Amino acid sequence: MNRKLLFPLAAAAGYLALAIFDLSRFFTAVDTAFYGTLEMLAVIPPIFILLGLLDVWVPKEIMVKYMGEGSGITGGIIAFFIGSAAAGPLYGAFPVASVLMKKGAGFFNILIFIGAWSTTKIPMFLFELQALGAAFALTRLAVNIPGIIIIAKLIHTLLSPAAVDEIYRASELR
Amino acid sequence: MISTIIFYILASAALISSLAADRTKTRKALQMAWKSFVNIAPSFVGVILLVGIMLAFLSPEFISRIIGEESGAAGVLLASVVGAVTLIPGFIAFPTASLLLHSGAGLTPIAAFISSLMMVGVMTLPVEIEYFGTRVSISRNTAAYLFSLAAAFIIGAVLS
Repeated sequence: MNRKLLFPLAAAAGYLALAIFDLSRFFTAVDTAFYGTLEMLAVIPPIFILLGLLDVWVPKEIMVKYMGEGSGITGGIIAFFIGSAAAGPLYGAFPVASVLMKKGAGFFNILIFIGAWSTTKIPMFLFELQALGAAFALTRLAVNIPGIIIIAKLIHTLLSPAAVDEIYRASELR
Repeated sequence: MISTIIFYILASAALISSLAADRTKTRKALQMAWKSFVNIAPSFVGVILLVGIMLAFLSPEFISRIIGEESGAAGVLLASVVGAVTLIPGFIAFPTASLLLHSGAGLTPIAAFISSLMMVGVMTLPVEIEYFGTRVSISRNTAAYLFSLAAAFIIGAVLS
């Protein structure tokens, strides 16, 4: 059996167990999963279309120049802004990161991109401003941006070049 | 959500320009888009199913109770754990947090919940591992968890 199907099948088995042992929780779970599916179907298509276009139209040299290992602070800033402009849950960030890696973006910049997607998405930030106030939202942003950089630096330093190569090779195959 | 609409407009504009410039390349781009989607779809479905089960046990009311009632370091720790293992869209998480704040919950546990909710993704870990391998995924999430705890205390100290 396809290894990829293992995870969704295991999760589906959880629903079977819930249906048998706790019907009210089963219905809550189905409800949430239904809305989660709608969210995914709404958010994902434009991201993947843009990904496909990026893959075809942006030459590797351009990506290496602006986001490659030697791109310096420019690459980090670009990665930060692409991640912050994102829409959708964190799981959408990984296929995008994969294409960026395939095109030659540096690993530190990839980590910045993932951090920004998770933490500094502009639409989310506007929501936070409204709900929790400027003092909270701005303080959190001021604390979390250095956090993104620290975590990226840490993982980039800890990981051996061979391990990074392996991740990049996998992205080539996708 | 407005951001999604913007993305649709952006993708349509890019697609139309691409079609005008080169039909073959555009077809290739769409094939690639479809291929990457089919590749990752099972994992997406897995995450969505998992989130359904998780939220059946950790309802927003339950989360509110934990963050609102527990105080001190234990409350902060608990809030950060709940934030790490849940995956809640912002349009539910922020109003819930706002409600908690107005009903007198501490800033530090709320900051711990919001920070770890954003930075740590236990639910999305299977997808992350597929792309980045176990080592990077586990170290990134561990570092992000520890950082979000530190961030909560800093935010709490600055704002109180």
